[in-house]
Amino acid sequence: MKGKKIKNTTNLDRHYVAFAFLMICAVIMLFPFVWMILSSFKTTMDVYQYPPRWIPSVWNGDNYAKVFEMIPFLRYYWNSILTTVVMTALQIGISILAAYSLVHLRWPGQAVMAAIMRSSMFVPMVVTMIPMYLLVSSLGLVDTYAGIILPQITTAFTTFLLMSYFASIPQDMIDAAKLDGCGPFRIMTRVVIPNTKGAIATASMFSFLGNWKSYTWPLIITNDKMYRTLPIGLRYLQQESSMEYQVMMAAAVMTILPVLIVFVFFEKQLVRSITLTGMKS
Amino acid sequence: MQNEVEKPKKKGTVRLFRKEYRTNEVLVGILFILPTVAFLIFTFIMPVIDVIELSFTNFSMSAGTMKNIGLENYRYLLELKEFSNLAEFWDALQENDFWASMGRTALYSLLKLTLDTGLALFFAVMLDKNVPLKRFLRSTFFAPVVVPMVASSLIWMWFYDPNVGPLNQILAFLGLPQSKWLYHESTALLSILLFSLWKGVGYNIILFLSGLQNISDSYVEAAKLDGASEWQLFWKIKFPLLRPITSFVIMMGIINSFKVFAEFNVMTPDGGPLGSTKLIVSYIYEQAFTRGRMGRASAASLLLFMVIFVLTQIQSMVNAKKTIDVE
Repeated sequence: MKGKKIKNTTNLDRHYVAFAFLMICAVIMLFPFVWMILSSFKTTMDVYQYPPRWIPSVWNGDNYAKVFEMIPFLRYYWNSILTTVVMTALQIGISILAAYSLVHLRWPGQAVMAAIMRSSMFVPMVVTMIPMYLLVSSLGLVDTYAGIILPQITTAFTTFLLMSYFASIPQDMIDAAKLDGCGPFRIMTRVVIPNTKGAIATASMFSFLGNWKSYTWPLIITNDKMYRTLPIGLRYLQQESSMEYQVMMAAAVMTILPVLIVFVFFEKQLVRSITLTGMKS
Repeated sequence: MQNEVEKPKKKGTVRLFRKEYRTNEVLVGILFILPTVAFLIFTFIMPVIDVIELSFTNFSMSAGTMKNIGLENYRYLLELKEFSNLAEFWDALQENDFWASMGRTALYSLLKLTLDTGLALFFAVMLDKNVPLKRFLRSTFFAPVVVPMVASSLIWMWFYDPNVGPLNQILAFLGLPQSKWLYHESTALLSILLFSLWKGVGYNIILFLSGLQNISDSYVEAAKLDGASEWQLFWKIKFPLLRPITSFVIMMGIINSFKVFAEFNVMTPDGGPLGSTKLIVSYIYEQAFTRGRMGRASAASLLLFMVIFVLTQIQSMVNAKKTIDVE
């Protein structure tokens, strides 16, 4: 193991051809982001100039100001944050309870319950969205946060993810807690949850990312501008801005940059959550 | 176990369905599962029953009709006009909007699945080599995965602008023929495909890379001692060992590309030039929410579900067979 490590760090057997190739590809992958940032400062003149101008002629924030004039951008941000956080909290809370109940408690019908949950993962949203839309609109929840949030609460995947971690807690630990007089509820809060914090964080991250990019349901269920989430707001900005690309780029910068910053800090956890879902299969 | 049979009723236990349970575990267990049950009923069981029922009706939001019409929706979706040879059959498929959308979806899925899996595997193998700046390189492939779909498709819509888009400007600079990208029926689907490859390839790279890194060095060393070339090393050792991940990637790829919607709806809201980017979910969306034909859209969504279900079953059967072969 050690010998291998030393060998890997010698420069002699480094693959410089592969490196050069990967660097070119990396530039291509990053080019859209560079273009976005540079272009968000361009004037209309810059955009239509030929030969094309890559660097803006003047650096000013006009395009950014224009985004706020055209759409209630901060409101969209708030709508996205609020719905995503509430959805994630509900999903994880419900999943923890369910996973604990299925793994560490015994009651009749557990196998049937798990089978129903598993089959729910096979049915995509596009199948359920029509009846769900009819239900939500008959309840008068179109253009409400509840209407955006509740129908998107699916917990099967996160429950199964957590179950595999909950099962790895040694039975001795749980028996010891039982001997100390802990009931099922205290075993969950004092033993199971503290010992699976990492797994809960991974599941939350996974759930959060899925909710943040949610598109189809918020598109269907919002008519009122004020209840649009960020993706839906941007879609309409694009359709209504009559191809003012530089303004669209300013909006894209404000949407993408915070995500990229979070990404830099949480990349390790993110990668972990993805590889775990791959392993779970 | 033996003990329980002798003493059928211990303190604090309850007998249900001929088995012994602790009373407090049953009560707490059922209490904790209740939220899950509630959401399963409202977001899964009820909608699935409703969508099946709706698919047999002519329910329309705009016309306000709600009548049972049996299999009429399915007939409308699936029926082709008469044909007597292959060319006419092809025409008939093209004229039926449902079949045409399904066909485009199948084409898109096939291309996306092949290219995405192939490229991801290729880049993962490259990144698995001893290259400098490995972490930075991995991050650059992964960054597009985490950025929001709609925001990043705005960037690409500018790339694809036939007049002021950088792609055509670069092509013009190089003296190459320009393209209309999203604005021509022959290139629109491929343009969105290119965008989705940029956006998504990093996800599978991460999966393959973790698989490659989990391969024990002893296999690789042994093969090297036997004089295996890099090429043989990959196809004979690494690729077979990656099978579980490859199979997961393909399975998710099928499901995700058959239900793709967001990028198509953002980049070509009206189904693209001559409907060339109207995939099956866009078709269902249009039927249900633009035309208000909920019954017909329900039938279409169930057909889509069946296609996805059959494909994933075939895939897992093929995979199970191959795994046995390897053993």
